Amino acid sequence: MNSSVIIFPGSNCDRDMDVALRKFGFKNKMVWHDENELPKSDLIVLPGGFSYGDYLRCGSIAGKSKIIKSVIEFAKSGGLVLGICNGFQILTETGMLPGVLQQNKHIEFICKNVFVKIKNNNNKYFKNIKKDILELHIAHNEGNFFCSDQELKFLEDNDQIAVSYCDKNGIIDEGSNPNGALKNIAGIFNKEKNILGMMPHPERMIDKYLSGEDGSVFFENLLSNLK
Amino acid sequence: MKIKVVVTLKNGVLDPQGKAIQQTLNGMGFNDVSGVRQGKYFEVDVDVKDEKKAKISVEEMCKKLLANLVIEDYKIL
Repeated sequence: MNSSVIIFPGSNCDRDMDVALRKFGFKNKMVWHDENELPKSDLIVLPGGFSYGDYLRCGSIAGKSKIIKSVIEFAKSGGLVLGICNGFQILTETGMLPGVLQQNKHIEFICKNVFVKIKNNNNKYFKNIKKDILELHIAHNEGNFFCSDQELKFLEDNDQIAVSYCDKNGIIDEGSNPNGALKNIAGIFNKEKNILGMMPHPERMIDKYLSGEDGSVFFENLLSNLK
Repeated sequence: MKIKVVVTLKNGVLDPQGKAIQQTLNGMGFNDVSGVRQGKYFEVDVDVKDEKKAKISVEEMCKKLLANLVIEDYKIL
């Protein structure tokens, strides 16, 4: 399976994502934002980081990059696009996903492990995944998902909520909400479920000696769903 | 021509920075302050002589980049 990770000026999780994708068997290519065309890919990843220094709004400048036009075309044709953290912010800024990631409720940068509950398994990302709660890492200042009531209803009616912050037992409540996100939303799909944006970083949880292995569960499962 | 734009959060959208500023002002003794909303201000230099045309162009910029219409409103001054 071929994957491509897009690098923007200020991306800083691109290499971690490259290491993770290769570890689980993807043939990965790194693609500079100024390119016009994507290499042949089964999966495009918009990595975490601080593209363009988070100027104007997180992800807003990266969302106008040359390569984004090709990413949008790729997604429209059904290709899988995964945005992690800043990648999620870029996806909302381009309109590929609804809503917006606002500043965290308590105006602080949050860097810690969290648990998320998988809310929809009927897609390429989570089908057949052997866990329903994943322990992943978050590191962001703007992860507070927000959208209009109408948009939220649309998300719920179309099963577009992908993962929600929860406690280790899977209870989704205010206490397990790190950043004030609406309904504890940590990640969402587009209506067709080929685009996934989420704040937690699975690429940081791929080594049992360093962090944890729930990221491994995610990538192994994704690869087997793509084969 | 210089076109000035103010971008503000829509009513009802949480503004934690505005809230923190308000609380600080209250703490400093400005007890009459019951709310603060923080926004952004832009000065866009456009090489167009006709003000109407320049503003139409800046309005497009607002819709496409300067504001995120999910949570923000813009006002061309």
